[in-house]
Amino acid sequence: MHEWPVKVSVNGQPTEATVEPRLTLADYLRERCGLTGTHLGCEHGACGACTVLVDGQALRSCLMFAVQADGCEVTTVEGVASEDGELAPVQAALRECHGLQCGFCTPGFVMSITALLRDNPTPSDEEIREGLSGNFCRCTGYQGIINAVHRAAEMQA
Amino acid sequence: MKAAAFAYHRPDAVDEAVALLAEYGDDAKVLAGGQSLVPMLAMRLTHFDNLVDISRIGELVGIDLRDNAVRIGAATPHSFVGMDDEVAESAPLLTLATPYIGHFQIRTRGTLGGAIAHADPAAEYAAVALALDAQMEAVSPRGTRDIPANEFFTGLWENAMASDEILTAVRFPVWGARSGFAVEEFARRHGDFAIAGAAVAVQLDEGARVSRCGIGLLGLGSTPLRGSPAEDAVVGRAVGDITADEVGRLAISALNEIPADLQGSAAYRAKVGATMVARAWESATAEASNA
Repeated sequence: MHEWPVKVSVNGQPTEATVEPRLTLADYLRERCGLTGTHLGCEHGACGACTVLVDGQALRSCLMFAVQADGCEVTTVEGVASEDGELAPVQAALRECHGLQCGFCTPGFVMSITALLRDNPTPSDEEIREGLSGNFCRCTGYQGIINAVHRAAEMQA
Repeated sequence: MKAAAFAYHRPDAVDEAVALLAEYGDDAKVLAGGQSLVPMLAMRLTHFDNLVDISRIGELVGIDLRDNAVRIGAATPHSFVGMDDEVAESAPLLTLATPYIGHFQIRTRGTLGGAIAHADPAAEYAAVALALDAQMEAVSPRGTRDIPANEFFTGLWENAMASDEILTAVRFPVWGARSGFAVEEFARRHGDFAIAGAAVAVQLDEGARVSRCGIGLLGLGSTPLRGSPAEDAVVGRAVGDITADEVGRLAISALNEIPADLQGSAAYRAKVGATMVARAWESATAEASNA
């Protein structure tokens, strides 16, 4: 099938490739950009592990084709910490509150929480549960994750 | 899994998109937000040789009030609809329905037109379109036509549009002053497809009689449906004489293809559906009575 040229800014770095239309944004990030922090769990939009920000909006990168992200700004989990490697408040809070166990779902949670706290800096417990209901943690460590969102909100206040 | 190969088209305008659909016929499908289509492609439940991406056509995005209706462009994302003040003021049933659609990370991409055209029986906006008597605007090489919501949903994931037609906008009529609206749905987990649900709109006259009622049902058939027997039974009666249980019971009384699956039998869904209608009726009439 006819391939398409795409230009995508990923974590502030311009990237460019020619892609098959069926290549998802998630696979573009992992395989073409070498950014394997974005994880793929279900590959059909159920688990939320592949959540990234596109033009600031949190979305599932397995449900968007790379051609659709042409000209967009993408932020992945690799772009959340500061350049010297210091963890962002969301990441530091997840570590402090034991908000991760095996870590597979963590990149998706980091991106969802980052968008959630940007739009609602002081969420209630209920708002956190609602906001994170689209991310699955199969270690089921949700309590620690919810505590981490409250902690990150405090750190950012 | 990964989707099978397809050719991708990104038209800049509706007439270009329609021309592509006319050219490829049944071998083409419209891609908008992709939140239903892409999972189906990834699981290889369906395949199209050509996808026509309409998500960047500017004329398909936007919300405006005209001729006493809220007109929403088909490619407007759910997140825009849910946050829009004009929608909250003039078609609040949409605002109430939005949080039930998937999760916020789905609502940033999913579009109102996509959800309605996909015609899933559990689609919240489809039930709202039925309850409010919305009009669908469809464009084809033959021109533009309006399709009433009542005639739009023809079967499971099937609508009344031809293969070369695109849903460009949906007009939701603004109901009168003494109106009330409510959405209730039940799902095993928040964000899942509803086992059953209801969107209820009710309008009262000066004498607190029901002058208009629309009931959209979710998950109770092969398409989004209306609770017509209940609507017919309540119009003209004093709202105080009508019990919520009666409305719930009547709303589901004419259903004859309630789905049964691992989440529940048809009888169970019917019972949940009646309860959702009853609860939504209580909220909507309380709001209309105090309006």
